[in-house]
Amino acid sequence: MRQTMPASDLGWGQLGLTAARLAGLALLALVYLVALPVWFAGSNYILGVLTNASILSFISLGVWVTFAIGRINISQGAFALIGGYTAAILSTRHGVSFWLCLPLAGLVAAAVGTIIGIAILRLRGVYFAMITLSLTEAVRLAFLNGGAFTQGASGIVNIPRPDALEIFGLTIIPAFRGADPLPYYFLAATLLILGLLAVWRLTTSRLGWVFRSMRQNEELAASIGINVAKYRVIAYGFSCFLGGVGGAFFAAFHQNIYPATYSVTDSVNFMLYCFLGGLDFVFGPVVGAFLLVISFELLHDLQQYQALIYGILMISCILWLPNGILSLTFRRGQAPEGEEEAAAPVPDPSGKPRGSPT
Amino acid sequence: MSLLEVQQLTRRFGGLVAVNGVDFAVNEGEILAVIGPNGAGKSTLFKLITAFLRPSSGRVVFQGEVISALKPHVVARKGVVRTFQETTIFREMTALQNVVVAHHLRTRASSLGIFFNFPTARADEAGFRESAAEILDYLGLGAVKDAQARGLPHGYLRALGIALAMAAEPKVLLLDEPFSGMNPEETDRAVRMVQGIRDRGVTVLLVEHDMSAVMRISDRIVVLNFGTKIAEGTPAQIRQNDAVIEAYLGSEDEAL
Repeated sequence: MRQTMPASDLGWGQLGLTAARLAGLALLALVYLVALPVWFAGSNYILGVLTNASILSFISLGVWVTFAIGRINISQGAFALIGGYTAAILSTRHGVSFWLCLPLAGLVAAAVGTIIGIAILRLRGVYFAMITLSLTEAVRLAFLNGGAFTQGASGIVNIPRPDALEIFGLTIIPAFRGADPLPYYFLAATLLILGLLAVWRLTTSRLGWVFRSMRQNEELAASIGINVAKYRVIAYGFSCFLGGVGGAFFAAFHQNIYPATYSVTDSVNFMLYCFLGGLDFVFGPVVGAFLLVISFELLHDLQQYQALIYGILMISCILWLPNGILSLTFRRGQAPEGEEEAAAPVPDPSGKPRGSPT
Repeated sequence: MSLLEVQQLTRRFGGLVAVNGVDFAVNEGEILAVIGPNGAGKSTLFKLITAFLRPSSGRVVFQGEVISALKPHVVARKGVVRTFQETTIFREMTALQNVVVAHHLRTRASSLGIFFNFPTARADEAGFRESAAEILDYLGLGAVKDAQARGLPHGYLRALGIALAMAAEPKVLLLDEPFSGMNPEETDRAVRMVQGIRDRGVTVLLVEHDMSAVMRISDRIVVLNFGTKIAEGTPAQIRQNDAVIEAYLGSEDEAL
């Protein structure tokens, strides 16, 4: 009983990219890239918050990728710190252009992450979570005690703003000047969109399916010849790259970096953004980060209760929406499991009820 | 000629010797069963052959090459592929996705090639999908290929486990208790399936409790007891072997 199937039948590659959804994404991009900056053009504060949320989302995308291989990653702050310091040192001491610092910071973070990852990615579950949490603290302490190289607790300040990007004398991007937040906003938005595209491509390609197979059962994945160690290092290195690039952006955005810029709290937050938005959706960390960053700002007035409200919000989401906020919106539209299961003709040779525990 | 050789294989867990100096050879194209009472060391032997465990001493030789020191995925690449006891599959995928992922070994595109969807990556995928559909059809899973694996009934899951291993193009397929928990009718079907796999040119090594199925399907049988090989021979020889009868009489009662 063979039918010819459209290419999308496997559910990867063209993952549900219907015309309606494409239009929705285009509208979202339009709002994000045009409407928001026009609307808030006068408000440096709001643009700052949105820029912040964009890059925090970008960094969290990395954590989301490590979730894809079944690892709870609480080390992303460490790699943002490594990326930030790489950019800071390169630009203040060696006069390297910001536009070169940005990818270099990502590559340095990815290289460090690859080396550390080879050692720690054998661990699973809560053990991996614990060691990555310690890693965040260890990296912070390393920068704190880095002597003249990292300038200890006083950090690196006066990091230059992004300079002009010129190729063959042609100015592609003019230098960022003064307190104008718009260039930062657009840079952050561009990075986030590029990051989203990369992660979307990664998870919908067969690599994403290899990752998923590892998350579901590493032993089985190894038994069919998947080099589990290699692919989990690839995923972790990719994650660290995003962390490094994000850290470099913030270094230039705030024009300073300290060992305390990213602490364990930040690493935990990056992970929580993913949880909150939903681990099954590439947009998960974006939704989580925007929601939490913006609500954090709104709750600013309630100063003393801020942490309390924040905590209650968090716990209720985890209790009632364990699959993240996006599981609400997509429950109706996407739910491929339920539908396909019901549709498939399943003659039952064993006589057992379907879905019985095995 | 022997394709796979187990030589003086020993594995200790602390004071317990789970597998003790076991020797046997698997000939190309045969179905060899390893049987033994509970705790005889069958599963440990299985893990040793597929390099999921390292031997304490001794070695496993496949096509003249020692494979017991390699990593599991490398052993799979060489052509020694195992299935798992019970129903180990990728639960959150459809049956077809399961088997397509299991074609990973045949990938020609690099990771970057897959990421950027180069022509080789696309050709890989198209080929995998076709081959996966063929394997599923062959194992009687064609009708459920788009169903989520976790929703499949027990018997189908076991076949899906075998389909995953088949996708890796094994030269030797190791089946871990393929008939356990099946009623006679299901066992008949599974026996035919395993014979069919052998007829496709795959050498089969299986570990099993179900004596009647083993007697029917095997060309030769190796019997383990307390980690030691106590007999080896054709089903007819094993049936009359005193050591085997002695080892099995107690545990057969226990099992029932």
